[in-house]
Amino acid sequence: METFVFIVCALIVLAGALGVVMSRNPVHAALSLVATLFGIAVLFLNLGAQLLAVVQVIVYTGAIVVLILFVMMLLGVDEDEDLDAEPIVGQRFIAVLVGLLFAGAVLAVIIIGKDAAVTGARSATEAISPDVANIVQIGRQLFTTYVFPLEITAGLLTIAVVGAVLLSRRPKDLQPIPEPESMTEMGDDPLTMTTGEAEH
Amino acid sequence: MSPNLPLAYLALSAILFSIGGVGLLVRRNPLVMIMCVELMLNAVNLTFVTFGKMLDDIAGQVIVFFVMVVAAAEVVIGLALIVAMARRRPDANADDLRLLRG
Repeated sequence: METFVFIVCALIVLAGALGVVMSRNPVHAALSLVATLFGIAVLFLNLGAQLLAVVQVIVYTGAIVVLILFVMMLLGVDEDEDLDAEPIVGQRFIAVLVGLLFAGAVLAVIIIGKDAAVTGARSATEAISPDVANIVQIGRQLFTTYVFPLEITAGLLTIAVVGAVLLSRRPKDLQPIPEPESMTEMGDDPLTMTTGEAEH
Repeated sequence: MSPNLPLAYLALSAILFSIGGVGLLVRRNPLVMIMCVELMLNAVNLTFVTFGKMLDDIAGQVIVFFVMVVAAAEVVIGLALIVAMARRRPDANADDLRLLRG
């Protein structure tokens, strides 16, 4: 049963992830992201992390994706994007190559190493107990072993809120950003093409 | 046949992280780039929970909490930057923003 749930959710997660990367329309990408996040929430349940599954649904799909969709509505950027254009020559090929290399390297470690791929002391912090509720264990650890990181988290969130307010405040002398000058004229290396190609 | 399920979780996380990374490199819409970062963070979260299960340690789940907090802060700042940027250049994509000017 656990295997069956894993297979179904893994397919949903991967399909959603591909949807995020390949949709022309950003709104479709956001909806694919919701599918992925729900699939991961079910996988958390499958792994026995009930609290994280709930938080995943509430925080990610309930807050973060809705926030992203709100910004899309605010800015009106829901038109389709032209995915055929490739402004930087060879960017896609190299990106896919890097992705495949990374995935291949990690998968090789997992397949060759099997269980030895995971090293470290067992139950160094606290063993997962089937008798104590998941949320009780996490709460206890948060307020004992991890109490200092928890306090830092409060500071981080405050800074994020203040920064967001400052950044999105409408300045009085709002001027459109001019088109950036060519990087070659500024003495930098060309970003997209060599100077020889630019002359053609 | 009894498949080694934790390793399958790790493999799924690796593939998910790679898809997110490729998306981050390929897409030029800043909003879609933020979504790809979310994909990568979720892959890492899944890895943490799997490691916690494999090592029988609750710390794997506690760390995911902190990752989620950082992800929320990152999205808030990223969206604020996108809004501030879109006020000045509504149709800008990531390639147009190579100059940082106030």
